[in-house]
Amino acid sequence: MKKAVITGAYSTRVGDLQGATCMSLHTEAGLGALADAGLAVADVDGLLCAYSFTEPHLMLASVFAEYIGMQPAYASAVSMGGVTACMLVMQAAALVEAGYCRHVLVVTGDNRLSGMRGNAVQALAEVGNQQYEQPYGMTIPAAYALVAQRYMSEFGVTSEQLAAIAVTHREHAALNPKAHMKSPITVDDVMNSRFIATPLHLLDCCLISDGGAAVVVSAADAAADLRRPGVHVLGTGQGHTHEYIVAAPSLTDFGCKRSAADALGRAGLKPADIDVVEIYDSFTITLLAELESMGFFQRGEAGVAAAAGELKIGGKLPCNTHGGLLSYGHSGAAGGMFHVVEAVEQLRGDAVGRQVEGAELALVHGDGGILSAHCSVVLGRA
Amino acid sequence: MEKPVPRPNADSAPFWEGCAAHEFRFQRCRDCGKAQFYPRAVCSHCQGRDLEWLVSAGKGAVYSVTTVYRGPSAAFKDVTPYQVALVDMDEGFRFMANVRGGEAEIGTRVRVIYEERGDQTIPQVEIGG
Repeated sequence: MKKAVITGAYSTRVGDLQGATCMSLHTEAGLGALADAGLAVADVDGLLCAYSFTEPHLMLASVFAEYIGMQPAYASAVSMGGVTACMLVMQAAALVEAGYCRHVLVVTGDNRLSGMRGNAVQALAEVGNQQYEQPYGMTIPAAYALVAQRYMSEFGVTSEQLAAIAVTHREHAALNPKAHMKSPITVDDVMNSRFIATPLHLLDCCLISDGGAAVVVSAADAAADLRRPGVHVLGTGQGHTHEYIVAAPSLTDFGCKRSAADALGRAGLKPADIDVVEIYDSFTITLLAELESMGFFQRGEAGVAAAAGELKIGGKLPCNTHGGLLSYGHSGAAGGMFHVVEAVEQLRGDAVGRQVEGAELALVHGDGGILSAHCSVVLGRA
Repeated sequence: MEKPVPRPNADSAPFWEGCAAHEFRFQRCRDCGKAQFYPRAVCSHCQGRDLEWLVSAGKGAVYSVTTVYRGPSAAFKDVTPYQVALVDMDEGFRFMANVRGGEAEIGTRVRVIYEERGDQTIPQVEIGG
């Protein structure tokens, strides 16, 4: 089997990007990743895209290929919410490992902030089941809040511990000139921000941003002459348990347990081997539940670790070193791709001002829906 | 703007017809004996297709609950804050509802009541039972 490597990575500016469109962000991200790899559009034989809220096309990969003037040998678009970016990396790796493609461009991006005039929250609410959730005014924060309440009840997690996660993300974002939100916050700021759905405050929730991000996944034997040494895709895995929170088999254990076990197992690694993690953080509780379900911490210990600073750069398990969805930015499917790009930068030693010293192994994780669909990707330094 | 009204389909029509008659119907699999909610054409536990409709006694306990301060749309703005709960019914299935008649917490006993909305009747819960 051929080996898969990430040969290019790029993320656009994030925030309120007036004048940007879904396709212009795809273009900047895609061309940026190709330039980073030292490849031209004509070198790309595979194209993978996600989905867009502002341009809800049925066939986004075809739309983008046409827009940019690309005629790939393989194209597909995947719509699986926040897990999509990691899934696309897994699919791209499978394509090059199986020999169908040599260079797969994986592109995400959306102008979800400026392009939706404040309607993103309402659009996201339609994620809920039309008959059995939407009539009750369920929102995505409310669904995650139901998880948080259960988690607090069973494992003694506190609001202060969740707030510490938000604070750590903001500290990391302050080290990253590209981040959407850089102004410092304290645990008290999080606790005193208004409730969205108890126990989650405004500052427990991710941002809504414009932005785009892309990577190039190449077959190792096609990557030898490229601009930068490739970052190895060492193992990938998925886990799926439900779509709607009303039907979730557990509110404390999720598909990330299987996805991480499979990804680490295929890489021949265990959680303690990983130097840096970039894990989906749509809400503070999302990250806490995933860290414990995946085995990075025992039950009830991730919140304690966050409060003790163990998730900071320089801590025991540096986490979301770019600032995450909570403070770097969240642009739909690109939100998950920011985690992938950050892992690549960490493993290349390019994360100026926020570099985890000696980072050789990273785990990236995405979650879609209400902790419904999961994908983990283990990456290794060249 | 009106709150969302459920749109029944062939899987769910017996459930919503039951609600209109103030009767909480749920499915049980004749093969494995387990209850399920929401209604489907297949048992999600064993993939059996032989499902029977039963009527719930309408009593259960709150499995988790949150108080929502920011609703999904203008239709919910006037009623915030409101509680959204996952309720474990005594017959062994779970459903979502708003809590009426007080504030629930995890473990609170509740009973089903009905709200008329548009051309449908939707189940809710109130504290007690």
